Amino acid sequence: MTDTSTTTPLVEIRNLSFARGDRMIFDGIDMDIERGKVTAIMGPSGTGKTTLLRLIGGQIKPLTGSIKVDGIEVTKLSRSALFQLRKRMGMLFQNGALLTDMNVFDNIAFPIREHTQLSEKMIRTLVTMKLQVVGLRGARNLMPSELSGGMARRVAMARAIALDPMMIMYDEPFTGQDPISLGVLVRLIRELNDTLGLTSIVVSHDIKEASSISDTIYLLSGGKVVAHGSSKALHESGSEWAKQFMNGLPDGPVPFHYPAIDYAEDLLAAGNK
Amino acid sequence: MNTRKTEILVGLFIAAGLVALFMLAMKVSNLNIYSTDAGYEITANFENVSGLKVKSPVTMSGVRIGRVSDISFDGERFEAVVKIRIESQYNTLPKDTSASIYTAGLLGEKYIGLEAGGDEENLQDKDKLKLTQSSLVLEKLISRFVDSFIDKDKK
Amino acid sequence: MLNFIQGLGHSGLTFFQRLGRAHILLGHIMAGLPSMLLRWPLIIQQLYYVGVLSVLIILVSGFFVGMVLGLQGYNILVDFGAEETLGVMVSLSLVRELGPVVAALLFAGRAGSALTAEIGLMKATEQLSAMEMMAIDPIRRVLTPRFLAGFISMPLLAAIFSAVGIIGGDFVGVGLLGVDEGAYWSQMQASVDLYDDILNGVIKSIVFGVVVTWIAVFEGYDAIPTSEGVSRATTRTVVHSSLAILGLDFILTAIMF
Repeated sequence: MTDTSTTTPLVEIRNLSFARGDRMIFDGIDMDIERGKVTAIMGPSGTGKTTLLRLIGGQIKPLTGSIKVDGIEVTKLSRSALFQLRKRMGMLFQNGALLTDMNVFDNIAFPIREHTQLSEKMIRTLVTMKLQVVGLRGARNLMPSELSGGMARRVAMARAIALDPMMIMYDEPFTGQDPISLGVLVRLIRELNDTLGLTSIVVSHDIKEASSISDTIYLLSGGKVVAHGSSKALHESGSEWAKQFMNGLPDGPVPFHYPAIDYAEDLLAAGNK
Repeated sequence: MNTRKTEILVGLFIAAGLVALFMLAMKVSNLNIYSTDAGYEITANFENVSGLKVKSPVTMSGVRIGRVSDISFDGERFEAVVKIRIESQYNTLPKDTSASIYTAGLLGEKYIGLEAGGDEENLQDKDKLKLTQSSLVLEKLISRFVDSFIDKDKK
Repeated sequence: MLNFIQGLGHSGLTFFQRLGRAHILLGHIMAGLPSMLLRWPLIIQQLYYVGVLSVLIILVSGFFVGMVLGLQGYNILVDFGAEETLGVMVSLSLVRELGPVVAALLFAGRAGSALTAEIGLMKATEQLSAMEMMAIDPIRRVLTPRFLAGFISMPLLAAIFSAVGIIGGDFVGVGLLGVDEGAYWSQMQASVDLYDDILNGVIKSIVFGVVVTWIAVFEGYDAIPTSEGVSRATTRTVVHSSLAILGLDFILTAIMF
């Protein structure tokens, strides 16, 4: 990330396909995640947004296509090389995924303790700094079960940046938050990105929040990228997809009805029984 | 969880487990009998040792003073060779001690009973008992009993 | 009929798939053992959860089983005028069979189910995934120390069970029913062999410890990450490990005694 080639995207996805069973989840996706930017990946539920993050993290392998993170082809990495790469990625899971048998402090110290030989004194300093960033320095001795959902996510954010990664992926960070913690999270994502020089990928279906912080938005539907660009461009674009999603219309290219036989026929069939 | 408290409890747990194992080994099993006391070993030849096993008790006047440590077969003299380990505190047995194989109860375990003779000298390690009486085989006993009846009838 | 055969084939295939996954997991856990031996704090923590927390139930059950053996044994033996051999009966039953088997069954219910539930919940709440994304192998970090703790705890628990049981038998036989104390212990010492009885009992309990913890961590790791999936996996741990204990007990007994 320190090299001069800041023009190349941090994550390059080319012709990516992935299927779960018979169901195609991605069908030839191309995507570029720019360095230093916040990129939102949006789309209706069930379009495999979380799956995309897992693919980038190398937790699952795609059917075809390539995923390059900082010039390294993720799909062909050995396990140990993948682990090396993951040390430079942070990921925030939907509910924080904090380790329930440790307190807040140990949760954040966990990746540092596992991967470095730093002294306890150093670790304490580092963890305190990370906690200060997310504003939870006072909560260091609480157990995860004592935290509210928003606080748990902030702790998880502190943990995700514990090893000073080059990028951080957020999986649905906004779901189920009250307006105040929503505001806190939105501000934190943007601030972390700008002050730490990170690259952020936010997977979400909350249009308002996601479009307020993102530089670029990718709209996914039916296994394809249906639109991408800045939020302003998407709002103004003539694409049916963009229009339906950005404005939250119930019917459009994503139909209100699940595919079924003709309604009248269905009723008649029931009458004939 | 307080680390120190955890460690102390785990330490107690492991100690309790080891103490239990130690108790099983020392108080419950016969470890103390054959490891703490090497004793001395004598041999005795028997015509028949059927039913006798390694570690069967060896008694004198009904008190256990040792154990059978080995049973083998002498292919030249067609006899069973029994090695007996006697505890070292019983080192004053006379040289002409005799050994017989008895049964505890009618159908119980076999054991060796020793009877002291009158010799002045004492038994030493690797000595051999000369007077032995074999194991009683029930089938032989019955057939002898029946034969004697038949013989009587003939007369 | 065809459906039945298909069903049979299907469950057979699932069974072998699970068996295969379980073995791969065991290999993976084993691969992590050498490096784990250098991280005692982790093992001590797990020894606490797996071992120390099981001690109470083992103590209480061991004492009661020993008392029952003393009572039943006395009633049987006194008919033959052989109540002096009560110690032999109590100790041999405990050391050879009941100690390893009952302790393992209790261990499966107490520690095995807890292990499965814990690992299953860690999976359901994405903690294992999160570890993977932090470049930490969850099998080595989470499963290996638990496996090791089970392996260490089981023989100790079985020994505690047997020892307490023998004391329980003494309490009833000698204390309440009036068997001669000297006879109780000396007959026991004369008949129980260190290698044939005690060592084989210990070997049994080591085997049970490995099998129970293996089943427990596998079921947790392989659980469907929902609350229903975890609860089913927990049940499966108890059922499968109990069956495995009893089946293996027969095989081991046939080989050893």
